[in-house]
Amino acid sequence: MSADVGKPGAMRQQIVLSGVGGQGILFLSRLLAEAAIACGFPVLTSETHGMAQRGGVVVSHLKVGRFDSPLVRTGRADLLIVLKEENIALHREFLADGGTLVVNAPVPTDAGPRVRLHAIDADALALSTGSPLAVNLVLLGFALARVGGGPSGGLFCTAGEIREALTRRQGAGGARLAAAVSALDLGIAHGT
Amino acid sequence: MGDRILMQGNDAIARGLVAAGCAVAASYPGTPASEILSSIDRWRKICGATMHVEWAVNEKVALEIAYTAAISGLRSAVSMKQVGLNVASDPLLSAAYLGVTGGFLVVSADDPGPHSSQTEQDSRLLAMMAKVPVLDPASPAQAMAFAGTGFDLSEAFGVPVMLRPTTRVCHAGQDIDAPPFLPPVREARFVKDPARWAATPVFRRELHDRLAEKIAAIAAWPATAPIRVNTEGSPARAVAASGVAFAHARELIGELGISDRVALYQVIQPYPLHAAFIDHLLETYAEILVLEESAPVIEMQLSDRQRVLGRMTGAVPGTGELLPEIIERLLCRFAGLPVPDRAPAVQGGGRRPTLCPGCAHRSTFYAIRKAAPAGIYPSDIGCYTLGINLGAVDTVLCMGAAVSQAAGFDYAHRLSGKQVDIVATIGDSTFYHAGIPPLIDAVVQSARFVLVILDNGTTAMTGNQPTPGTGIGAGGETTAAVDMEGLVRACGVRFCRTANPDQIPEFVALLKEALLHAREGGVAVVIARQPCAMVARVAGGKEPGAIVITGECTGCRHCVDRFECPALVFDEAANRVRIDGMTCTGCGVCVHVCPVGAIRQDPAGEKPS
Repeated sequence: MSADVGKPGAMRQQIVLSGVGGQGILFLSRLLAEAAIACGFPVLTSETHGMAQRGGVVVSHLKVGRFDSPLVRTGRADLLIVLKEENIALHREFLADGGTLVVNAPVPTDAGPRVRLHAIDADALALSTGSPLAVNLVLLGFALARVGGGPSGGLFCTAGEIREALTRRQGAGGARLAAAVSALDLGIAHGT
Repeated sequence: MGDRILMQGNDAIARGLVAAGCAVAASYPGTPASEILSSIDRWRKICGATMHVEWAVNEKVALEIAYTAAISGLRSAVSMKQVGLNVASDPLLSAAYLGVTGGFLVVSADDPGPHSSQTEQDSRLLAMMAKVPVLDPASPAQAMAFAGTGFDLSEAFGVPVMLRPTTRVCHAGQDIDAPPFLPPVREARFVKDPARWAATPVFRRELHDRLAEKIAAIAAWPATAPIRVNTEGSPARAVAASGVAFAHARELIGELGISDRVALYQVIQPYPLHAAFIDHLLETYAEILVLEESAPVIEMQLSDRQRVLGRMTGAVPGTGELLPEIIERLLCRFAGLPVPDRAPAVQGGGRRPTLCPGCAHRSTFYAIRKAAPAGIYPSDIGCYTLGINLGAVDTVLCMGAAVSQAAGFDYAHRLSGKQVDIVATIGDSTFYHAGIPPLIDAVVQSARFVLVILDNGTTAMTGNQPTPGTGIGAGGETTAAVDMEGLVRACGVRFCRTANPDQIPEFVALLKEALLHAREGGVAVVIARQPCAMVARVAGGKEPGAIVITGECTGCRHCVDRFECPALVFDEAANRVRIDGMTCTGCGVCVHVCPVGAIRQDPAGEKPS
């Protein structure tokens, strides 16, 4: 991340999201991309579709700021969000030196040196609320609480901006929105 | 920036087509092109455009429908994945000779990698063979713009034009300002000219001459000429790149700070390559690096390759995706910088894809192995290719080949005096696409096999598009629906039975009956009909009870290895199976699978949450 975050022109952040089909990786990357656009940043994403979505490994790339290529190179990601712990072995190498790894895991795992690691059992939390499909938002909320959002944080946008993006996606006032926001807030509460 | 919205590449192509006045659009789904047509329909509704939008039975039919609109003076488009272009190549090559009067775009999406395809083939090579110009966008925004450029080019020269995005454009997302929609003011008007539209070989030669003249003129068309994107200094080296390889190169040249050492050109139209550009490159630079996916289309058009580095010289890897880490190394070497040792992330590995929990294909494959344990199992393209995990898929060649390969195995083994049980599987959409002609052929030749049509009422693999049997059109409208049993019988099949594969014991018995019929000489068709689990989940429906594993579980692994439901998890420490509540749909089919009856459905239990 560049030192002079806060100036939209200087924002350059690279994020990789990793999981398996059905965990809502696509939803999460699109939500973050829409939040970035609402903040006034250019955005490029790259998604996995097709065969790989059938429960196999799914990875999304998100680049916020001025970029041309939709792909994050290995050793370049500021943030790696892993929804399936076993994928750390596959996608750990995307992280830059000193980058942040946020993982859905019951106990903190060994992610190697020069990684800032934050772990939470998002599966258990999502199941406890009766909505196993909300695991992606629980983990995002947790990540936001841990790395901080907005101009001075580790993520380009704030929790409030994510909530606004969710509202634009799901329409204000519906039950789906309420469930989504509460999953996000649950993650935030556990990360604070 | 308030009006900028996130658009996937396919969505952007669709918006570009609708905004440019496309009136007829047809497609057959295939990754990475599937979302183009559904997006076209969405933009049609948003813009209030008058259009004919359809999911065609296959790519050949789709191309012919759209092409015919373009010889009636309308703008039209057909979209497909690259292997779909193989199916549509027959009309494409002929259409290039005849030309068009309205703009005609063939969108063929390539899949270097490949991520979700049988081949890494380069559609631009087919454009070259057909002699149609091809545009190669580097981003969603560019793909949207090229839809309009493509129509203009098509109408300026009266030729079909190919738009060739790749997976990294189709499934990239970008903030885009949608162009305004201007309702087209044309009406269809077909002007009869049999010497052209029904040309015999004598006229074809003339048309070929005319096409060659068009291609020469297109190689000088200003709107699609290559662009130099960095203008610092007068470097001795140049990179000519197209598609997403250009996007990677542009970002890397900036990050590496070598803009003054390497001139970067984006080739927008790889075929025909602009003649003046070829001369300029060869006259100006001491060394030229060509970056393109996935075949050396630009490279082979450079008339003097003494100073050219690319796929043909071995400087650029000859297969696989040109990932940015690979391009970084190529650029560093080219610019004389130390070459970084960072490799791309390993592709593949990790959890393999499996059929969804609750998917009825799993039951079908399990039953097939029960009924014909020593059989040969030809299969086809779709979700059910994952039956390979269950040991029930032996061959996958291309769309429709399950049927012809089943027949081929019978003829080959019959010659050697061998009687083998052959059970082929094909999805409903694939059956309609290319399975009917080989079924007719097999009936005529008295082939001996069982064909199981996996009828889940949808084209599931590519995102649940309708099939001709669904009775729903691309825009959700009601259409006529084909009667599958009637169609099978009309092909001459005497044994055609339909059943729900989730009732495993009964389905195994039916397969055995079908095998008996096949052995006596004749194709037997079993239609395994059960809705796609993904569709059923969205639609709601039955409230299943909880699945429980009793203390009788012996840890034999039969259910895990032979049924492979993601919700059945083997607990190594406890040496027994447990249910994953995150994924279990409660369908209860696994109850039939456990050899000791340790999997039970508890109707009083709560639905798995």
